[in-house]
Amino acid sequence: MTMKKSLIGKKIGMTQFIKEDGTLIPVTVCELGPCVVVQKKTVEKDGYSALKVGYGDAKEKRVPKAQLSIYKKQNLAAKRIMREIEVFDDSLAEGSVITCDIFTEDQPVNVLGTSKGKGFAGVIKRHGFSGGRETHGSNFHRAPGSIGAHTFPGEVWKGQKMPGRHGNRSLTTKNLKIVKILKDKNLVLISGSIPGRKDSIITVIEK
Amino acid sequence: MNIIEAVEKDIMPVSRTINFEVGDTVKVHYKIIEGNRERIQVFEGTVIAIDNKGLKKTFTVRRVSYDVGVERVFPLYSTRIAKIDVMRKGKIRRAKLYFLRERTGKSAKLREKKTKSTVKTFVPVTHEVAPADETPAPDSGNAQ
Repeated sequence: MTMKKSLIGKKIGMTQFIKEDGTLIPVTVCELGPCVVVQKKTVEKDGYSALKVGYGDAKEKRVPKAQLSIYKKQNLAAKRIMREIEVFDDSLAEGSVITCDIFTEDQPVNVLGTSKGKGFAGVIKRHGFSGGRETHGSNFHRAPGSIGAHTFPGEVWKGQKMPGRHGNRSLTTKNLKIVKILKDKNLVLISGSIPGRKDSIITVIEK
Repeated sequence: MNIIEAVEKDIMPVSRTINFEVGDTVKVHYKIIEGNRERIQVFEGTVIAIDNKGLKKTFTVRRVSYDVGVERVFPLYSTRIAKIDVMRKGKIRRAKLYFLRERTGKSAKLREKKTKSTVKTFVPVTHEVAPADETPAPDSGNAQ
């Protein structure tokens, strides 16, 4: 089974890309890698295979001690983020560095990120309810309305759409295209928008 | 430098110095692609606004065609702009000339800016832009 290439990075911001024929494409600039392989998990030892990689420079005192001991064991500098990705290349060993050149231009990718938090939101913002009219004597504006069944059995079903915390959850935007790779700056331009605010941590996964 | 600004500099398809100001009358030679054929369409009018910055810089050209006002927004760094001719310099006192939308006839005209080179015979300033497949001339500079 071939595993999908993936890399950890951060969102920088958005701009436009002008193609040779003059077409404008909205693009998100992402810094991907360089990521260092911290640990290689194997089926024999751990029950599954994975690459544990570190991304971003960090002061040692800001890294959790449990993670720091892993870096120390491999004689590596401490990194800000530690995440697991799929083993896409068997030749990668502890200490090897993965950069954005594993991807190619025009390649479709999925981007995993954390969406912007919207706080406690009502049903209109959170679930797209239409609400009631604002004028003409209406007393029903942005409330969710009836949430249960009839008198019998008088029950609120599980999963009923209600107000609550909105955003700030893991989201994957699928089928985006890599427009350009700026290898020397570790930057990748991905068409369209991706979840999260600027500087938020993302994982780009080959589709 | 901000990373986005640096990236925009890297991916800028054409190097283009802005050779006109708000209030100027310009001729924009715009490439239109019809199937396999390519032709140039000229849009002449007054620049009423220059917007945004960096790679996303655009300018708005307004003209009155058969008593109907027409405005077009051009991305300055578009590869489809073959060249921009400046026909007339306008005398203006503000950055955005949106008040021209309310006016018709003589009151919609701008007074001409008299400079030494434009007193009698005005020679249009032609700014040649290299075609998209060639590298731009080194002397054309960068608009940033």
